Amino acid sequence: MESTKLKHFHGGLHLDYHKDISNKNSITACKPQSRYVIPVQQHIGAAGEVIVEKGQRVLKGQMLATTKKLISAPVHSPVSGTIVEIGKHAVPHHSGMEADCIIIENDFQDEWIERNPVAENYHQMNSHELRNIIRNAGIVGLGGAVFPTAIKQTEININTLILNGVECEPYITCDDKLMQERAREVLAGADIIGHIIKARECIIAIEDNKPEAITAIQLAIDEDSTGFFRIQIVPTLYPSGSEKQLIKIITGKEVPRNGLPADIDVLCQNVGTAYAIYQAVFKDEPLISRIVTFTGSGIQHAQNLEVPIGTYISDCIEQCGGYSKDAYCLIMGGPMMGYSINTDRLPIVKASNCLLVSNSEEIFPANTEAHMPCIRCARCVEVCPSKLLPQQLYWYASASNFERAAEYHLFDCIECGCCSYVCPSQIPLVQYYRSAKSEIWALEADRKKADAARLRHEARERRLLLQKQEREERLRKKREALNKKKGKIEENEMDAKKAAITEALARVKKKKETQNIKPKNTDNLTSEQERLIKEIDQRRQTIKKITDD
Amino acid sequence: MLTVVVILLAIVAAIFGIILGYSAIRFKVEGNPVVDEIDSLLPQTQCGQCTYPGCRPYAEAIANGEAEINQCPPGGEATIAALADLLNVEVIPLNAENGEAKETKTIVVIDEQTCIGCTLCIQACPVDAILGSAKQMHTIIASECTGCNLCIPPCPVDCIHIIPVEQNLNNWKHPIPNGGHSAPKAS
Repeated sequence: MESTKLKHFHGGLHLDYHKDISNKNSITACKPQSRYVIPVQQHIGAAGEVIVEKGQRVLKGQMLATTKKLISAPVHSPVSGTIVEIGKHAVPHHSGMEADCIIIENDFQDEWIERNPVAENYHQMNSHELRNIIRNAGIVGLGGAVFPTAIKQTEININTLILNGVECEPYITCDDKLMQERAREVLAGADIIGHIIKARECIIAIEDNKPEAITAIQLAIDEDSTGFFRIQIVPTLYPSGSEKQLIKIITGKEVPRNGLPADIDVLCQNVGTAYAIYQAVFKDEPLISRIVTFTGSGIQHAQNLEVPIGTYISDCIEQCGGYSKDAYCLIMGGPMMGYSINTDRLPIVKASNCLLVSNSEEIFPANTEAHMPCIRCARCVEVCPSKLLPQQLYWYASASNFERAAEYHLFDCIECGCCSYVCPSQIPLVQYYRSAKSEIWALEADRKKADAARLRHEARERRLLLQKQEREERLRKKREALNKKKGKIEENEMDAKKAAITEALARVKKKKETQNIKPKNTDNLTSEQERLIKEIDQRRQTIKKITDD
Repeated sequence: MLTVVVILLAIVAAIFGIILGYSAIRFKVEGNPVVDEIDSLLPQTQCGQCTYPGCRPYAEAIANGEAEINQCPPGGEATIAALADLLNVEVIPLNAENGEAKETKTIVVIDEQTCIGCTLCIQACPVDAILGSAKQMHTIIASECTGCNLCIPPCPVDCIHIIPVEQNLNNWKHPIPNGGHSAPKAS
């Protein structure tokens, strides 16, 4: 067992772990149930597109919802059976809201779709092909963040792969049991990840309160001859299992703000995710089940169950012998980061690592009804693993001063709950931060929508203006053409008339010349007539004289 | 002596005058940048409730000192606060004459059974969020609708209805804990 000098992250807490409640029994498969509820969106990112219909028969492992978006993951059927409904159903979420779900009636045939596992041939495949297998298997980060795994592995030539088996949150033992019972498979999964990102070493990090898991993993490493794997025991301290904190412990380096572990040559994956990748590559089985810890003093037989995704929590509790008389509160996840749910008719989803049925004393997060004022004791500052100033964040978050909260690095908060845990005034600090974060996201979404609306409006204005100009241009051209035509007609008409007149004159002239016609009234005049003509001529002369003068 | 000083000063003044004149041409700012900044804070519903024909004209009116900052009901208090912050003026309550701030965000839907395909709503929509053509059924592109309700008055058959924006897991907001002693509102 090689050991290197470990670094420490800031703060952290030593908690009562209560792991022995659930880690005594081995992992048991959950009994088949008659009905499964599969939420369409179980990951961070865009929701999938349902590709099945009501009444359709589906096989175990068949894809139910696909995805074209980059940050997204498909979901698959955990059993063979008939789709009885596609619609809204309550899902495990902070909001307690309903979401789109596919409800399947189990036919108990356990009939799989056709599977063509790649198995050992993965060594011959390139990163892209393997990532596609992982993507199509619907694998997401099973440590709780449910970020699509294939996206996380797009950077290649990462030096160090850290396999996260720390499991620092109290009560939860699903990763512990997985490592104890399926160490070889976990390492095989890690080897596939290592092959994808071309890692040079793989460090399996386990907290020192899991000796059995350490032994099991060490045995599996000893069987392996590549020297790729190394175990790293980390001291028990909450929240060592958080990605950034774990990287700090092992490498001494900090993931840059707004950056990724890849920026410091590290990729961190949960052991459960590695196991899911093993299943996808070696058995061509998509992510249709996971190990869930059912624990707490409110449950009869606390244990780890391998639960098909979509199984009702109530069905699982029943298999664990039901609730004890101490049962007080249902918490999805662990006591530090989990959230309470008000019904057990919710499906287990990819993110569900633990269901804690607590008694009235175990319950944490503390009651949120009314808390005491902040006395600025700074105990929260001491324990914050992200080196934040929780009291300042609280101040700004509660005053809805989101801009300042963001300046105080609200988004570096990992919501571990250490600050709320130590707060002597029992202020539910993390809830304030979550609230502030979602307000900021909403503002950002509004801003984006407004920008889109502005663009559309401007585009419309431009289009209308263009149309108007085009119409005017068209009208102008029409008018011009009309005028031109009109002008031409007039000209032609005039020409024709003139021509007709000249023609007539010419005709008369010709007639006169040819026929020698003279006016008839100038011959044979009487003397009286001649006298009158003379008189008239004289008058004309006089008038002419007058007008000329 | 005095003449020399006067001449020197005149030369210096002329040089600076030339520099200033050149800068005014070389570094001329196109448009009014304050208008852009104000416009970026407005909700872009283009609803006209501010009495101006769109968000940008309202932004121009604010920049010219012709309009108050409290005439935008869709923006509500948040927009007034942001504008007050930008322009360094007092926060004032929303002008009731312009309308009331909406409690929840809304969009509209067309009852497609009733729609006669008159295209009047399409002409009214400031963001091109309605799809359809003459004598063809129209529909609202929900993701682009800003909830300005400008399409409702022109509809001759009253087939456009206001509905609240659907709450889902992605736009749900964590509630702020109702603690007994929360910090006072900081500015």
